[in-house]
Amino acid sequence: MLNRLHGPLGWTLLFLAGLLFPFVVGNDYHLTVMSTAYLFAIATLGLNLIVGYTGQFNLAHAGFMAIGAYTVGILTVDHGFSYWLSFVLAGAVTVAVGLPLGWVSLRLKGHYFSIFTLCVGYIIYLVIEKWEDLTHGPVGIIGIPAPEPIGDFGFETPRAQYYLMFFFLVLGVWAMRRIVNSLLGRTFMAIRNGDDLAEALGINLMRNKLLAFLISVLYAGWAGALYAGFVRFLGPDIAGVHHTFDMTMYMLIGGLGTLIGPLFGSLSVPWITQYLQFLQEYRFVIFGPILILLVIYLPHGVVGTWLGWRARRAAQVSAAAKPE
Amino acid sequence: MLKIEHLTKKFGGNTAVNNVSTTVEEGKINAIIGPNGAGKTTFFNLISGVHRPTSGTITYDGRDITSLRTDAVARLGVARTFQATTLFDNASVLDNLIVGHRLRTRSGLLDVLVGSSRLREEERICREKARNALDFVGLSHLENRLAGDISQEERKRVAFALALATEPRLVLLDEPAGGVNPEETVGLAELIRKMVRNGLTVCLIEHKMDMIMSLADKILVLSYGEKIAEGTPAEVKANPAVIDAYLGSDHADI
Repeated sequence: MLNRLHGPLGWTLLFLAGLLFPFVVGNDYHLTVMSTAYLFAIATLGLNLIVGYTGQFNLAHAGFMAIGAYTVGILTVDHGFSYWLSFVLAGAVTVAVGLPLGWVSLRLKGHYFSIFTLCVGYIIYLVIEKWEDLTHGPVGIIGIPAPEPIGDFGFETPRAQYYLMFFFLVLGVWAMRRIVNSLLGRTFMAIRNGDDLAEALGINLMRNKLLAFLISVLYAGWAGALYAGFVRFLGPDIAGVHHTFDMTMYMLIGGLGTLIGPLFGSLSVPWITQYLQFLQEYRFVIFGPILILLVIYLPHGVVGTWLGWRARRAAQVSAAAKPE
Repeated sequence: MLKIEHLTKKFGGNTAVNNVSTTVEEGKINAIIGPNGAGKTTFFNLISGVHRPTSGTITYDGRDITSLRTDAVARLGVARTFQATTLFDNASVLDNLIVGHRLRTRSGLLDVLVGSSRLREEERICREKARNALDFVGLSHLENRLAGDISQEERKRVAFALALATEPRLVLLDEPAGGVNPEETVGLAELIRKMVRNGLTVCLIEHKMDMIMSLADKILVLSYGEKIAEGTPAEVKANPAVIDAYLGSDHADI
């Protein structure tokens, strides 16, 4: 029964659940929580490509999200661009900034790469905070317009915004699913399993790592662009490394290098924290230990553990059907 | 097939490979032996492009490959295995092998996003090559097993299959029988002979003397990075320098 949920049927059910969600919950607040969760889910999907599938622990992800967000903020508020044109340009700018940064940082391996990108993320934060002429500095950008209506469909109401985020999340999952299930995804995973072996198999390490990195930051950039049009206000805080760590936590809880894991993490954790809200600051006293237990006992995450169990079962079934 | 001239590699003040010249002969089993730290693996790393030599040249099929990167060398048809093979333990054996043929395919991001027919065709070919390679090493029955669940000897065979899936002409094997028991070693030696019978050229590093002496057509002996002997197993066995430097006097009567 559980096995049937894997594959198209499961995805269809998830899709329908997302589609019907606004009709099930009564209030706008819940829609806003979910829309925000979708936003970060898009960015987390991207992060998972470079970290989970390619094995390069990038800690500058929130910085790239901020670059996308600020591109929209600056272009719409200061230069009068339309939201959608800014949205497209946000992707282009994020990739354009990611290209040289990735090219330099991907020369480093393992922890060195992580530390380097941690610094890159912090530098992006500092640039946003200090370059007041461009970014309005710590004051932030106020009054970002909502996305212009497409046809008769406007994006002013929480429900409409929800569907906008949902649309991009579905698009993001669809594209990511294609990538990771293809030869390209296998190429990335080969790099994760071992640089040396991957290279000996004729895989151009730099080109493939850079490609994964750029797709990853494109997700971040567009998630940031959606954030700008959704929250309508931007401060340097969006580039803060705690956002990267949040997204990393979503991946770990769901399962690194799985498609549904980051989705599971980024959609469930915000709700858990919502329900622990009554504990105020103390909620991390509960949340912290849960996270530690999870990492110790389910190192592959909730979804990763389930997939591993399933793969083992499938292997046993086929071994039994075809005796050696 | 492979011609190595005056190859030298220095790491700081340490000379790992010192002025070695040799040839790897097509269609034969070429072995490299030597005590630990003799520079054997460095020698492989130089051929496969992991390290750049300090001096000397490497010519493959008349083409200078001295300064080519590893992935470019692999595309020219030089495959290699490692002492320890890192497989993705949570995936099936076949899934681990499919990427082996990736270097002969061209599908990129655009093919993936639009789901092009080229991508579908190439994925079919990769799967087929993986199956053929697995069949060649005699592990077809393990196709759907998790890579983490197979034995050490089966892992060695999967590593061979991965190298074969790249469609190489020359295969470099780094300690192919390391960590497997004597009966399994015989099986792996037979597999190496089968590779040569199928038109491949093999160059291997191995510590197991019995295996090398019965398997190799030609042996190169390294000691402290220098070539101290080269020839057929019989010649090498009789060479006093080899007996002195490597085998030791108690092995002199093998």
